[in-house]
Order: sequence, then C-alpha cells, then structure tokens
Amino acid sequence: MAVPTYRLEQLTVRHPGAAAGAAPALDAIDLVVAQGEQLAVIGPSGAGKTSLLATLSCTRAPDMGRLQVFGADPWTLGETARHQLRARQCLAPQTPPLPPRQRVVTAVLAARLPQWSVWQALVSLVKPSDPQAAFEALQRFGLGDKLYARVDRLSGGERQRCGLARLLLSDAEVFLVDEPLSALDPTLSQLTIASLQQEAAARNATLVCSLHQVEVARASFSRIVGLRAGRIVFDLPREQVTDTMIAALYQNEAFDAPLPVPHETPARLAVGACF
Amino acid sequence: MRPCPCRTKRRPGWPWAPASSAARSVSATLSLSPQRLAPPDPAWRRRINACVVFLVLLWPMLVFSEFKPWILFDSQSLAASGRFLAGFLHPVLGREFLGIVLVNTWQTVAIASAGLALAMLGAIPATLIVTERLSISRLGRGRMRPAAALVRHSVRSLLVLLRSVPELVWALLFVRVIGLGPTAGVLAIALTYSGMLGKVYAEILESSSAHGTDTLLANGSGRIAAFLFGALPESASELVSYTVYRWECAIRGSAVMGFVGAGGLGQRMDEATRNMAGGEVATILIVFVLLVALADLVSKLLRRRLG
Repeated sequence: MAVPTYRLEQLTVRHPGAAAGAAPALDAIDLVVAQGEQLAVIGPSGAGKTSLLATLSCTRAPDMGRLQVFGADPWTLGETARHQLRARQCLAPQTPPLPPRQRVVTAVLAARLPQWSVWQALVSLVKPSDPQAAFEALQRFGLGDKLYARVDRLSGGERQRCGLARLLLSDAEVFLVDEPLSALDPTLSQLTIASLQQEAAARNATLVCSLHQVEVARASFSRIVGLRAGRIVFDLPREQVTDTMIAALYQNEAFDAPLPVPHETPARLAVGACF
Repeated sequence: MRPCPCRTKRRPGWPWAPASSAARSVSATLSLSPQRLAPPDPAWRRRINACVVFLVLLWPMLVFSEFKPWILFDSQSLAASGRFLAGFLHPVLGREFLGIVLVNTWQTVAIASAGLALAMLGAIPATLIVTERLSISRLGRGRMRPAAALVRHSVRSLLVLLRSVPELVWALLFVRVIGLGPTAGVLAIALTYSGMLGKVYAEILESSSAHGTDTLLANGSGRIAAFLFGALPESASELVSYTVYRWECAIRGSAVMGFVGAGGLGQRMDEATRNMAGGEVATILIVFVLLVALADLVSKLLRRRLG
C-alpha cells in the first residue's frame, strides 16, 4: 500500500504564545490523506482550519500526537530534511503573500525558488526566467493580461488568483489552499476551484482546501472534513454529508460564546497605541 | 526610528466635565437604567504616568548637560557670534580657490562613496545573518537552533562594536597606520558604517510585512531566495532611502575626518579655519549644502522609481 501524504494521530496543536490553559487550536485530530486525494475542510471561523494547514505544511510544530508527512515525522527529522519536506508541498495562504511592489510575473515565478540556486534566483529578478510558464498559469485563472503588471495595481480578487497561479508553477506534490474564494464572485469561484482541481488531478497531487462556501465544497469535493473548535466533527464522502450535519457544524456560531463583559479593560494595551 | 506621536501629543483635556459626574451618580443609583456615558479610556492614566516619568527623567539630564540656552542671547555672546559670522558673509570665489575646492569636493565624494560601498559589502551579509525573519529553524517552534542563535548574536555584537567606535577614532588609527590621506577616511567610514547599515537594514526588514517572506520559507525556499523575492521588494524603497541618507552622512563624516588628516574638503576646511579665513570656510560650507541637497534629490528620484 502506498504511503499516505499525511497521517495524523491524536494530534494536538496549540496557538503559538497561547496561555497554558487556553483551548488548543487542534484537539486530538485523526486524519489520513492519500496521495492524489482532494478534500475540503469546512467549519466556522476559528475552528482551526488555518492551524491545520500550517501543521500540515510543517510550519507549526504539534504539541502532542503523531504527524507523518510522506511517511516521515517532520519534527524528528533534521533541519535540512524538514525543509525539503516543505518544498514538496505548496501552501497558498488566505491573504495572498505578494509584496505590493513586485511584478506579477516575479511573484508567480517565486514558486520555483526551492528548485533554483541563489544565482538563478538573482538572474530571474533581473530577467524572469520562464515568463511563458507564468503566463500559462495566469491564463488558467483569467489573468493572462496582468503578466507584467505590479501586484499593487491588482484588485483583491486578482491578487488572490495570482497567489493561486503560483501553485501551478511549483512542482509540489501537495497543494494546501486556505480559503481560495474569499475575495471572488461565484463565477470566478467556479473557474478557480476547477483550475485547482484539474491541475492537482493532472499531476496526481494531493489537494487540501479550506472553504467557507459549503455549497462549493459539497459540489466539487468528494471528501469533506467538518472542523469545529479544533475537533473533527465529521470526515465523510460528500454523499453522506447531510444538511443536518452542516447545520450542526455551524450552529449558534456567534451566540454560543458568552457575551464579553462590557468595557472590560484589555489585559494588555497595545504598545504604542495612539488613538 | 521615528518617535511615536503619542509620546509628545496629548489630548487636551479630561473628557469628564464635573457636570457629568452628577449624571454618573444618578445612573449608579438607578442601576437598571441604561448606561449613558462612554466608559473611561483605560489607556489615559497610563499615558499621564508615562508623561510624568519622562519629565522627571528629563530634568536631571538638563541639569547635568548644563543646558542654559539663555547664555546665547546675552550681549557678549551675541557680539562674539556676530564677529564670527561676519567673516562668512563674503565667500571666496576666486578661480584658483574654486579649482582647489572642486578637486577636494571630488575627493570627498569619492571617499564617501568608496567608504559606503565597502560598508555595504560588509553590512549586507551581516544583515542576512542577523535578520531573524529569514531564519528557517525558527519555523514551527518559534525559536532558533542554539548554534544559529549564537552566530546571530555574535554578528550582532560585532556590528555593535563596529559602530560604537566613532569614525573619528578609526580615522585617527588608520592615519597612524597608513599615513595621511583619503585611504584612512575610506576605511574609517567602511568600518563604522557597516555597523550602522547592518543594524538598520535588519531592523527595516524586520519591521516590514512578514507575510511574503514567511510563505516563501514555508514553501521550502532558501533564506537568500526568500530575502530576494519576499523581504527585498517589500522594503526596497526604505532600504534605498536609508542608504542614500548614510551617503550624505558619510560626506559630512569625511569633512570631520579631514581635520585629522584624512583628506578631502575637511582637510581644506581645517586649514581655512586655522588661517581664520572665514570666506574660504563659507565657500566650503556652501559646497556641503549643495552636496546634501544633491543626496536629497537622488534619494527622492530613486524612491519615486521604486515606490
């Protein structure tokens, strides 16, 4: 049997810098993701979707439990080997990680940095090394005409798709995508999800995608993981996910929490708060 | 680098007028009535306290530094400064002297530029080592490998050492070793300024947005690649602006070092002041003003290009 991309057993992850008694970001999670599988992670805000993606991308160390990425525990590996594991995955955060003054072509080609030598990276800053590949990746998200535009000239939705076009340029075996549709209208959402899924299927890459749009998740992904308060509520093929389960997942999201004490002094005032 | 405006600006008054304290006592007795007043600003008292502490600390400093500005305005001082400044009213503009000044100006610009270039050669690798944001071992656990932390710390201390010795002292040292001339000035600027540039470059990189760099590192790129494609475009214009400002400082610095024999306009100025030639000093000062204005213009053009 092939080695799964991810194997999580009773994995607990705390927020960095959280107080000792605070609820963990992920609480005793069990999850196995096979190579080439595509799954959507849904759940209310603060459920731990982003923490899950950070843990999978080996940028947050778990506190308890077992984590295996490509069959190896990244946190017992050495520094170099762990960084090589990171290069086999590509994470697209919710806010596109693009410096405003950079050109789109440079930002997209940055996906190739793990394979490039420092010299190649320097040369590509002066003359983009493979503009054709960048152009094709942008075309698939409807951004071909923005190839040489500066990132700060793009709209929010264009930036988001530009960040996703970077995924196609990397030669990663896993795409970890955090809320790729938060700035997109329904038509673009469909195009975007389709492009991501086609690319992942074409290269047999694993696709883990956190989503707020439950309907998109149920329409496009065959496996759906429901996350709430750091725990997996369900992990099922989409046919078995019922409306009742979705309702329970999002139930009383805003009203469950005790109302904050009015006008409570914050424990720590922001340093340099001027207003 | 810039002081936060909250340290100096205070909001004019306490928002609670005496009339409203009566209203508050009413609402306290009728505990069911809705609260009408906004709650007091919890930060206000802390700001007042900080202001008082600041004043209490400032006072002894003023006393120890013998800060008595009114001395400037008694008649004797005014007469002395008047005599001194009167010498400046007629800058020497003779063809021969202007020729000498031009050659020395060129030498000063050369000292400053060569010194700064050497300083950058030392500062850029140091920046790449010192900047914590470019650390790969920090990813995930939030703390660095002990060995990496040690290297980072020792480079940081080296930068402190380099910039804590004034360039004048380095210049004196190199004049002894190499002899009189611009080389001593170039080396002095290179050493002191590599310490300053390394520290401030690292701080500029640390204070810009981390998102781009962090994501590149998370996706497996190396630290130099993450710097080139993440941190550098994020703060290029600040880095350029600071570098040009340092070039300006190097020009002024080379003037001071001229007094200890490190060449350039400063050496000319030293001779002129010793000969009590106020007009020559005035000409040289005008050249300095022009050079600083030029640096300002270059910085503006470069930043507009990058902005």
